Amino acid sequence: MTLFLGYLVVGLVTGCVYALIASGLVVTYTTTGIFNFAHGAIAMASAYVFWQLWQGWHIPTIISVLLVLLIFAPLFGLIVERVLMRPLDGKPVDVPIVVTLGLLLLLVGLINLIFDQTKGRHLPQFFNGAGFTVAGLLVTYEQLIAALSIVVVAIALRILFRQTRIGIALRAVVDNSDLLAMAGGRPVRVKQLAWAMSCSLAAFAGILLAGINALNTINLTLLVVDGYAAAIIGRLRNLPTAIGGALAIAIGQELLFDYLPQWGFLTRIQGQIPILVLFLVLIILPQDRLRTASFTGAVPPRVASLRSSVAVGAALIAACAIVAPFLSDGNLRNSSKGFAIAIIVLSLILLTGYGGMASLCQMTFAGLGAFAMGHVASGASWLGVLAAIGLAGAVGALVALPTLRLRGLYLALATFAFAAFMDAAFFGESLGTGGSLNIGRVKIPGIPTTSDQAFFIVTCVAFVLCSIGVLALRRGPFGRKLVAANDSPAACATLGVSVNSTKLIAFTIAAALAGLGGALYGGSPGQVDANDFPYLFSLTILLLARVGGVNTATGAFLGAASLTLFTIFVAPHNPTVFGHVLRLAQLQYVLTGLAAISVGRDPNGIAGRFTDVIERVRSAGRPQPQFMTAAGSPAAVFMSEEGEGLVSTAQ
Amino acid sequence: MTSHAIELIDVRAGYGRIEVLHGVNLAVPSGTVYALLGPNGGGKSTTLQVISGAIRPTSGCVHVAGAHVNGASPDGLVRAGLSRIPEGRGIFPNLTVDDNLRMWTYAAGMPFRQVRDVAFARFPRLAERRNQRAGTMSGGEQQMLAMSRALVAEPAVLLLDEISMGLAPIIVSELYDLVRQLAEEGITILLVEQFATTALRVADFAAVMSQGRIVAVGEPQDIAEQVSEAYLGGAA
Repeated sequence: MTLFLGYLVVGLVTGCVYALIASGLVVTYTTTGIFNFAHGAIAMASAYVFWQLWQGWHIPTIISVLLVLLIFAPLFGLIVERVLMRPLDGKPVDVPIVVTLGLLLLLVGLINLIFDQTKGRHLPQFFNGAGFTVAGLLVTYEQLIAALSIVVVAIALRILFRQTRIGIALRAVVDNSDLLAMAGGRPVRVKQLAWAMSCSLAAFAGILLAGINALNTINLTLLVVDGYAAAIIGRLRNLPTAIGGALAIAIGQELLFDYLPQWGFLTRIQGQIPILVLFLVLIILPQDRLRTASFTGAVPPRVASLRSSVAVGAALIAACAIVAPFLSDGNLRNSSKGFAIAIIVLSLILLTGYGGMASLCQMTFAGLGAFAMGHVASGASWLGVLAAIGLAGAVGALVALPTLRLRGLYLALATFAFAAFMDAAFFGESLGTGGSLNIGRVKIPGIPTTSDQAFFIVTCVAFVLCSIGVLALRRGPFGRKLVAANDSPAACATLGVSVNSTKLIAFTIAAALAGLGGALYGGSPGQVDANDFPYLFSLTILLLARVGGVNTATGAFLGAASLTLFTIFVAPHNPTVFGHVLRLAQLQYVLTGLAAISVGRDPNGIAGRFTDVIERVRSAGRPQPQFMTAAGSPAAVFMSEEGEGLVSTAQ
Repeated sequence: MTSHAIELIDVRAGYGRIEVLHGVNLAVPSGTVYALLGPNGGGKSTTLQVISGAIRPTSGCVHVAGAHVNGASPDGLVRAGLSRIPEGRGIFPNLTVDDNLRMWTYAAGMPFRQVRDVAFARFPRLAERRNQRAGTMSGGEQQMLAMSRALVAEPAVLLLDEISMGLAPIIVSELYDLVRQLAEEGITILLVEQFATTALRVADFAAVMSQGRIVAVGEPQDIAEQVSEAYLGGAA
């Protein structure tokens, strides 16, 4: 009995932390309509700041706590609101997803850069683990505080949102920000308050979580993701349901953990229960009330013709063949890895750019591809390549089936949950325990693919062929269906086009493409291990696609190329600054995050800016269309009928 | 300086690169009901948005109650005594009626209970719906809720944008009774309306807009002809 109570208390405390996380998410969502993917990273960063204050600079406990909760976190929230969120007003709903994902990567990268992850850090228990005994069970004061805090927070938020004017304004601002201004409220102040509050809640959760677990950027960020399930149960709006869900998940997880038999697979899954719940809840709960959005927007650039895509592809291969002899073996391997990544990013051009579906698990499919390649026919045959494509495609279809009806944010979250689950439950075990998995390079008659130079050209050719294929798909009937299904599912249905099968096929092809990329990704260094396919890398892939330009194959190349150039020129260096070793490889996350925040607002990305310039140069000599100024007045329409039309081309 | 509650001098404004107002001149005398009429796309709503600070004019002057207000923030203008009931329903659809009324206290300068009493006394139907989400009420009830803001804010200047849109005639006439009543309390009212006859019945003065310009100004009976001309497209 005491044992059971003990488990219950542990579960309850974890549940309270999940509930804190969920309340923070609910606060931002109900007040700004933004689901903050970076919530976990903010919690993690706050825990590190707390560690630095308390353990690093030996500031008294209570002062450190107050400094983090009342100064650092709210200030951070204000900065986030001012710098990142305010410019998003009036942008498509998918832009905040990109920006908050960028912030997540940025924070993880920054903390990794500042706090050397090879050194272990942990927070001692508050009150030195002291507590009191109830029914023969020791309950620490820290556990008591965690449990009480959520009660206080829940009551305070309830009163705030229901009884106070500022609280109702917090809900009003998401309903109609302009009207709030017309009624005399100050929408900006209200949003600032919301961000400050949610960051404080995140920080509180982060400090409590870091007390239970060790300080680790990736794990801590992911632990917070466990709380997302609770927020989704409350449909991101309903605080009591979210808190109830949090307690149920955590207590259920703890009891399952302690009472289920310790079989291999079950043991691995147990830690992932909240993530599984997140996935299931997303699939089961109706999503009508949530704002969802497709993942494109803006005007996509012209799709390249077959002739021009072949020409550009040939030029790229020629350029690589010219450059190859001048590259060292290491750089050749990095560059062929770059082309493999470009293929994985390309899968998102099809899925996200054309189909409007955001996937945060492309690296998982790539990992499955590498896994199949390594296991079939001793890892270096065409059978392996087929297996890579087949396994990734099949799993892709399996993931797509239940998630097809999800759009925008929901689909992003579901794929995120899948990636996090696979990260811990599959790659950690299947690739991790054996150290690494050997992956060969496919044998092509007449081409010595074992030479790094030849393999570099092979990956380049593979990327070019895949790009030509994806572009051909886009120009063909399937591409039109895919774009149409994204533009207007309702209109598609009236035309007899099946939205679901179109999306299913797109998801499967994209997964298969990522699987192929994964096989080549592994073949370049010759082996992969559990750390090659982290869920964070899937976020990087999506953001790279967005930064490069999610609508064009050129965008995939640019996104991957920037990462490769970074790997070659920046990552190997570890300069010492003020006696502190800076691991520049960590800048990968920082830079991707920053790029996503700045460029990610434009779905056409860097590639789009190039094509803009090209189009401008092309059209420089042509007559420009003239626009009438008084838009839509009857007189203007009348004039258009007389030949001086709204968009007539003046001579 | 003048007895004009609102004065626009050669105002140009628009959306992005598209100019909608090509030099609008308008003077609304204090304490009058002034109707701004004209066909779709004539620039009526844009004019209201410029006056209420939602759109910044590219050139020209906007005076409200004698003060130069180009580029003032919408909430700042509200505190200076200007209210606008926007086109569509000027309410928070996901909040309850009570919560909506609580938001009106920002501009009302009276406590919530008093706001509620004033609103419910004028529109008893809202009292029955106080705990209902505002977006689930009928169009007429929603407009009553929106108009109750003008009632409690007691602004110096009230801008009304198409308050009759999509409503039954009986409710429209009830709303216009309120407009008349507010005017008698000394509030200057500038209203934009597509249904000219409805508006002209309560207005002291009217102006006709077409293609981003004021094409006629006068008392209702004097400009009836220009009004019909504008609506039939002859004004171009």
